[in-house]
Amino acid sequence: MSAPTTPAPLNPDGSRRTFMKQAGGFLGLALAPPFISQAERLTALSKKVEGVSTISLKVNGAVRAIRAEPRVTLLDALREYLDLTGSKKGCDHGQCGACTVLVDGKRVNSCLTLAVMTQGKEITTIEGLAKGEELHPMQAAFLKHDGFQCGYCTPGQIMSAVACVQEGHAGSADEVREWMSGNLCRCSAYPNITAAILEAKTQMG
Amino acid sequence: MNNFSYIQADKAKEATTAKRDDKSAAFIAGGTTLLDLMKLNVENHDQLIDVNMLPFRGIEMTKNGLRIGALERMSDVGEHPLVVQNFPAVSQSLLLAASAQLRNMASIGGNVLQRTRCGYFRDTAFPCNKREPGTGCPAIEGDNRNLAILGTSDACIATSYPGDLSVALVALDAVLTLENAKGKQREVPITKFYLLPGSTPQKETVLEDDELIVAVTIPQTAAAQKSMYLKVRERTSYAYALASAAVGLEVQGGVIRAAKVALGGVGAQPWRSPEAEKMLVGKAPSEAVFRAAAEAALRGAKPREHNAFKVEMAQNTLVRALSEVAA
Repeated sequence: MSAPTTPAPLNPDGSRRTFMKQAGGFLGLALAPPFISQAERLTALSKKVEGVSTISLKVNGAVRAIRAEPRVTLLDALREYLDLTGSKKGCDHGQCGACTVLVDGKRVNSCLTLAVMTQGKEITTIEGLAKGEELHPMQAAFLKHDGFQCGYCTPGQIMSAVACVQEGHAGSADEVREWMSGNLCRCSAYPNITAAILEAKTQMG
Repeated sequence: MNNFSYIQADKAKEATTAKRDDKSAAFIAGGTTLLDLMKLNVENHDQLIDVNMLPFRGIEMTKNGLRIGALERMSDVGEHPLVVQNFPAVSQSLLLAASAQLRNMASIGGNVLQRTRCGYFRDTAFPCNKREPGTGCPAIEGDNRNLAILGTSDACIATSYPGDLSVALVALDAVLTLENAKGKQREVPITKFYLLPGSTPQKETVLEDDELIVAVTIPQTAAAQKSMYLKVRERTSYAYALASAAVGLEVQGGVIRAAKVALGGVGAQPWRSPEAEKMLVGKAPSEAVFRAAAEAALRGAKPREHNAFKVEMAQNTLVRALSEVAA
């Protein structure tokens, strides 16, 4: 087992869960990486990366460092290394949108993004939307309109919806449906999701 | 996904040289196709060369037409005023593709190199001549509903390029600028860029191992100005084309002076149809003329058990696109 400072990559034999269980205590330490000054511009990136290296990610305003291989996706970095489990792993192939986060303000599928390639960028996840106890208007609108059933797709829906409004693609229900098509909901809460987005649009500055 | 080393290239030569020196390396821009296929073990690379820092950006009108840097993203190009106003088919092909998230990620150069969605290619439990040359093609007698009916071979019936953009680019005679490890650039018309499967379906384009796509240039013509991309699929949004058509017409004095016709979703490569264009030029636009052109475009079709519907669907798609653009 790796030292606490070098979280192991996902085990190919599927025993990651066991590993996480056993190493929970150690990982707790490993997952509290040193905070780097936010003012740091992340210019000192090493050009070639082989094996485990330090990857600095600016997530929800705070720069955090992880030790990970280049193959680690942004989604796995968020969930498994930074303990930000709001972003969900659905298909892991860019087909369902559950992993949607904002990178430099643009919505992307974090499952098809390498963490190493997002250094120096501003990453926003569902955990970064609320201001303290005050929900983001999109979160509040999803609650009000019951824009979910099981809730698994919801963080991705909300991140995508925030971007959809900011892009100016929420002019009508039809436009919302087209520009939100990258976020699937197996519970089929689409009518409520659409209503939530159209309402939140009027409240987003 | 196998592990790999990662390099961020600052200069084109650094990227192309690294690629030349490592046969197992791949360039990465948006990563939407590459990482998907690497997770499936369909592609395995021991090195990824990040080209995003290279200066192949910009969307600008030049004397040869609209030049788009290969690293521009689908979303930015699809909504760019120069593209929307002068090349509607290109804009539509981009905005009807994939999802908003994927369009924010995927680069133009990467899109042109998108790989087939054939289920046998994507599943390493099956043989596939494209993935492992010489192992056979189970699609020919298997589930071939989504596969090609034009330009196929006994070795492969995949729609090798499953996307939308290149269909519009092929119709509008776009030119790709490629750069190799010697720093030498060459221009290849996109109509000569893709290769038919023949007996070597693994070789999909004329791109050399050390070459990088640096730009796409689309000539500004009257037909490009009056163009459209029509996509037919199993749901309204976020699906690959069963059939699509990119068409452009220049009509003067009630007569078609120039016609550009390409089909997507039905060809082993983005399918330009000089046969259809020949039926259009010199004629007055009418449904009968469009129908004749559509029949000419599909004349060589070789449908299989599950995709015979595509012949009529592609014809109707083409007729509708031509009718709308002529209206």
